[in-house]
Amino acid sequence: MDDTGSVVAFWALAVLTVGSALGAAAVRDLVRSVVCLVATFVGVAGFFVLLSADFLAVAQVLIYAGAISVLMVFAIMLTPRAERNNAETFFRWPALAIALSLLGTIAAVALTTDWATTGQGFEETASVIGNALLSTYVLPFEIASVLLLAAMVGAILLVQED
Amino acid sequence: MSVNLEHFLVLSAILFAIGLFMVLSKRNVVSILIGIELLFNAVNVTFAAFARFVDSETALAGQVFVIFVITVAAAEAAIALALAMLIYRNRGTIDIDEINLLKW
Repeated sequence: MDDTGSVVAFWALAVLTVGSALGAAAVRDLVRSVVCLVATFVGVAGFFVLLSADFLAVAQVLIYAGAISVLMVFAIMLTPRAERNNAETFFRWPALAIALSLLGTIAAVALTTDWATTGQGFEETASVIGNALLSTYVLPFEIASVLLLAAMVGAILLVQED
Repeated sequence: MSVNLEHFLVLSAILFAIGLFMVLSKRNVVSILIGIELLFNAVNVTFAAFARFVDSETALAGQVFVIFVITVAAAEAAIALALAMLIYRNRGTIDIDEINLLKW
């Protein structure tokens, strides 16, 4: 990806994604944290477009930015106002140290490894992914459908009033 | 100036670190779930970046895996938020410092 558009798009999306993820971790109010999380999801969808994964970008916007964030807002709204703070426990500084050391390790490995990269992106992904899901990956596809059914029934059963 | 695989790997490592910090340190159960969603997204970006940049015989296998991750993440979010509601109904709080029934 050498063209100027890709470079500009990458850095703009990187600022949006990392900035809103930091916001989700830093703001005190949980509803604002979820709003920051939606911005992060949209930024990640932009990265999928940049990586020529158009189908994934659409799925990301529909499922993450649409469904999962609405589910989280519902969970926040169903608990009282006093439970809406986003504070840390006493484990804040050790957790920060662990996260930063993991970041350093992954970044060092990613930067020193010699990846066998090729240049070109994909022409069209949706039809190829559709064919793969119903031929090569048909068993995990069916298991995923049963998993979704079980999760839906389980969630309804867990929260129903007697 | 160009954008390579390393850029995407370091970026998703940053997202993963932020998510891990939230999972380890937050007091509220919903905040911990937000951190878990950040972890999923970081891993998905890594999968898509490897599918795009690294040459392999099974092209797009990384993107198919991302679809399964998104599926499982949706199921996980539904169940986890149902559990958070259930804990709130039974204990009157979703602060993990207060949920210490198993603590000796």
